[in-house]
Amino acid sequence: MADHLLEVRNLSVEFHTAMGTVKAVDSISYHVDRGETLAILGESGSGKSVSSSAIMNLIDMPPGRISSGEILLDGADLLRMSAEQRRQINGKRIAMIFQDPLSHLNPVYTVGWQIRETLTAHGKSSAEAQTEALRLVTRVGIPDPEHALKKYPHQFSGGQRQRIMIAMALALRPDLLIADEPTTALDVTVQAEVLALLKELQRETGMAVIIITHDLGVVTEIADRVVVMEKGALVESGTVREVYKSPQHPYTRKLIAAAPGKGEMHEPHSKGEPALSVRDVRKAYGGFQALKGISFDLMPGETLAVVGESGSGKSTLARILLRLDEPDGGSALWKGRDLFTLAPAELYKLRRDLQMVFQDPTQSLNPRMTVYQLISEAWVIHPDILPRPKWREKVAELLVQVGLSPDHMKRYPHQFSGGQRQRIAIARALALEPQLIVCDEAVSALDVSIQAQVIALLDRLRKEMGIAFIFIAHDLPVVRDFADHVMVMQKGEVVELGTVREVFEAPQQEYTRALLAASLDPDPDVQAALRAARMEHAS
Amino acid sequence: MTAHTTESPIAEEPGVIRRFGRMLLADKFAFCAAIFLIVMILLAIVGPSWFGDIAIKQNLRGRNLPPFDWERGWIWWMGADALGRPLLARIIVATQNTLMVAAGAVVISAVVGTVLGLIAGFSSPRVNQVIMRLADVIMSFPSLLIAVIVLYLLGSSILNLMLVLAITRIPVYLRTTRAEVLEIRERMFVQAARVMGASSKRILFRHILPVVFPTLTTLATLDFAYVMLAESALSFLGIGIQPPEITWGLMISQGRQYLTNAWWLSFWPGLAIILTTMSLNLLSNWMRIAFDPVQRWRLEMRGSTNG
Amino acid sequence: MLSFIRKRAIASLISLVGLLVLVFFLSRLTGDPASLFLPVEASEEMKAQFRELHGLNDPIMVQFTRYVGDVLTGDLGQSLRKARPALDVVTEAFTWTLWLASITMSLVAGAAIVVGSLAAFRAGGFFDRLSSILSLIGASVPDFWLAIVAIVIFSVQLAWLPTSGTGTLLHWILPICVLFIRPFGIIVQVVRGSMITALSSAYVKTARAKGIRSGPIIFIHALRNAMLPVITVIGDQAASLLNGAVVIETIFGFPGVGKLMIDSILQRDFNVVLAAILVTALAIFLMNLLIDIAYALLDPRIRH
Repeated sequence: MADHLLEVRNLSVEFHTAMGTVKAVDSISYHVDRGETLAILGESGSGKSVSSSAIMNLIDMPPGRISSGEILLDGADLLRMSAEQRRQINGKRIAMIFQDPLSHLNPVYTVGWQIRETLTAHGKSSAEAQTEALRLVTRVGIPDPEHALKKYPHQFSGGQRQRIMIAMALALRPDLLIADEPTTALDVTVQAEVLALLKELQRETGMAVIIITHDLGVVTEIADRVVVMEKGALVESGTVREVYKSPQHPYTRKLIAAAPGKGEMHEPHSKGEPALSVRDVRKAYGGFQALKGISFDLMPGETLAVVGESGSGKSTLARILLRLDEPDGGSALWKGRDLFTLAPAELYKLRRDLQMVFQDPTQSLNPRMTVYQLISEAWVIHPDILPRPKWREKVAELLVQVGLSPDHMKRYPHQFSGGQRQRIAIARALALEPQLIVCDEAVSALDVSIQAQVIALLDRLRKEMGIAFIFIAHDLPVVRDFADHVMVMQKGEVVELGTVREVFEAPQQEYTRALLAASLDPDPDVQAALRAARMEHAS
Repeated sequence: MTAHTTESPIAEEPGVIRRFGRMLLADKFAFCAAIFLIVMILLAIVGPSWFGDIAIKQNLRGRNLPPFDWERGWIWWMGADALGRPLLARIIVATQNTLMVAAGAVVISAVVGTVLGLIAGFSSPRVNQVIMRLADVIMSFPSLLIAVIVLYLLGSSILNLMLVLAITRIPVYLRTTRAEVLEIRERMFVQAARVMGASSKRILFRHILPVVFPTLTTLATLDFAYVMLAESALSFLGIGIQPPEITWGLMISQGRQYLTNAWWLSFWPGLAIILTTMSLNLLSNWMRIAFDPVQRWRLEMRGSTNG
Repeated sequence: MLSFIRKRAIASLISLVGLLVLVFFLSRLTGDPASLFLPVEASEEMKAQFRELHGLNDPIMVQFTRYVGDVLTGDLGQSLRKARPALDVVTEAFTWTLWLASITMSLVAGAAIVVGSLAAFRAGGFFDRLSSILSLIGASVPDFWLAIVAIVIFSVQLAWLPTSGTGTLLHWILPICVLFIRPFGIIVQVVRGSMITALSSAYVKTARAKGIRSGPIIFIHALRNAMLPVITVIGDQAASLLNGAVVIETIFGFPGVGKLMIDSILQRDFNVVLAAILVTALAIFLMNLLIDIAYALLDPRIRH
């Protein structure tokens, strides 16, 4: 057993909080060998990042405490080493990259300086560091490397920043690289590129990789073995294929079942007049063209998915349809009336019909209002919907409808979990009895298993109440089981618009195909096919 | 409808008053500061009517009476001034003027500054520019100097003093409120209210002001100390409160010429100022943590370990 | 970066002009300027003569134009008490204040940054508690009270230091020490808070993962980021140091602009008061510009 590169044995970490002592991880064990990739899979609150923080000596003590276990690097226990010994291991033998490269790079120093620092901190001369930094930045594929070294982190795109983080981490050819959700904040096409780069570099250097992720697709794409964590405990481990094909633990089974994109696709049979008819919407911010003439129709009771990467203009479109931003041109006919030219008084009346659910329920619910106040605010603003004595009853009814309980009424948003908060936000939208709900990345901030539940809820509401949805997402698989029509956007333009089957099974445009190929499927066999398709694209 | 989630249970929470009470108990310094300030406020209210007479009654045999003379009544424990008036009584009587000027200035500047800040944060860029430039003009000059000049031009009275100090502090609230409004206005829950059709008034008073309010309270507490020091300095320089009215700052000034032989004349009112400003600073530090949902656990944790 | 500084300079310039307007109208609109400028005992004839001589009977806008012209040509009138150009009197006094303020502020900034950083590094430790208590007291003590207590102890009782004047180095010790306390107390707290934020930031985590030593993490990674809010506060405190200077200079008989202003007000030498306001405002304007430049130098996100 001693010949593993890194072995974690019975590690327990506790944190002291207001609620008492919390066991963040409870007696977990795993190992990783040279040249191998281990994935740690878990949702938020599973403690999946805690063991890596313990490996890197990044846990603040207090409030944290390592209550038991050992972490063996080539047989030597890291937890028994002095701070100075561990400092020498960090960066040199074990390196780490993080989820959000913008905040993890120091904003006031050039990237060249930051890469060189890794080298000089471990004894390289500054001349050596300079040549090495240039080589690294070139290797990870940053354009114009000489010049790039003199630039600051904010001058790069998200994908480039993550490449710079990788260059910095690999500067000293570490034996082990820990990647904590390295691609979560990136667009799908960029995510595929970054993962491919990591794999290549691993082949070159023979290092071991631990990748921490919530995304089964990422696991399948990059890992050899996987351990699954739930609430601080390690519930399952094995090769990726074993775990996917024959999961042993109920939680793993639930996670795999929740992965989107496996159900029946909708077959829309639209007839009659569209409820919303959008023509040639344009919007510019300064010199930047955010929307370059968007047109589409939405039938009553149907779901239109709008899919695009960051900068595609999809959120701008949502804001403009709800008049949170003013368009520069175009029209949007809702039941024959142009939303863009309505006077404030008329707009106020129409607000009832059009509602919105936002991306992050933590931010879209006023933290100082109770659930009752949040939902009944709709009737304060539109007093003719419901007389005050009936409010309590109706709030209770709405809460049940979205899968919460009536006695949650007196609570504040921060007392709920992310998924529950999004249910409250949906109940609030329903309070106005709308006919169209715009969901702006409404499930992106949620865990996969919760995503599935919220999407199922929205689909049920559509069937039962005949509400139409515009569902904005950055990821294609999420919308597959839910949408009737799909509109793919890129750089402010509509690339492709068709029924969900057309777009998924016979995409006409190159960009749509690239998007489909870049999305990561949790099934190892499907993923292998996708990878082949990506290679084809690249060549 | 049995789609109940299997997510984490919902935490119970104690009521607001009990919660803040417990957090105040958790910070012993802040707790003492709060008690001290309450006593000061009570003294400010009842002081002049209870001790007004004894504070101005001259007693030539007790001129510059040293403190800690336990033989006499407790009112003489701090000694007496050059006219033989008991210092303790005078300090108690001066509490009212001192706190009133500061409180008046803080209330005026906070209200005016907040209103202007809300206007600046909500109106057209041009109005915004004008208001901000005005704030810059006031801020670009040391407040004490503005006060000195304006008081010189307008003559000094309690009201003028209050107004002048208020004017110099308006930009503090204005800038804070405006910055917060600009930030909160873009937050998702405000957008959500707009989507529901909420009026600007409702958004302002129901969604924005409650979020800004704790910050402003913390700021006002800190500013109270600042204004008190400024008033004392002005009175000390002889352009603030004029005799026969008294404030702590004026008492220090009056004691100055007897420094070498009767240090207590200036020492006690100075101590009163220090203790009050320090209490305000402590309380404002506590508020900063107690009002911040992210930092609050520090106090709650200490509270629970203390029992 | 240049456009950033130009923008800031224009904004500050507008403030400066605003102040000019304010001062002028305050001096003209509050009663009779002649009685402001002349001694209290001046007779009616003298006042009439004065009004005639200085064109105070002209329409207000004419007076204002003339005033602006005078200011632009550096003519701020005569000091009535000293029979010298007001500007000369003020610049002479201002040099003293500038020395006093810049020495004090350098000491304050240096000491506050070191103490605040160390306190933040071991937040909650003994040094942190000690510095918290001391800085709290420092920020709460009235400076004039501290000044007279210091005089009683060090000049009267111990007779170590002189009470007033500027003759020797010893004369500077008490004023600097007293002026030091309050801004030090305030800035230490800001440095500490800002450093705690910086030390818990994501990029410090990266630096620790890179195996960087504690020294460079505190003083290279965290401090430069933490300095951004601190710079602003240092600027504010430097301006309000002049508040302290008014009081301290008066108590210690230090011939700076603060004392000059109080004396001129008490002696009704209004030209000197106006000149002092303008010179001080100009100095603060220049200092704000320096602060903006320092800010841009520290933070590349502003430069680009």
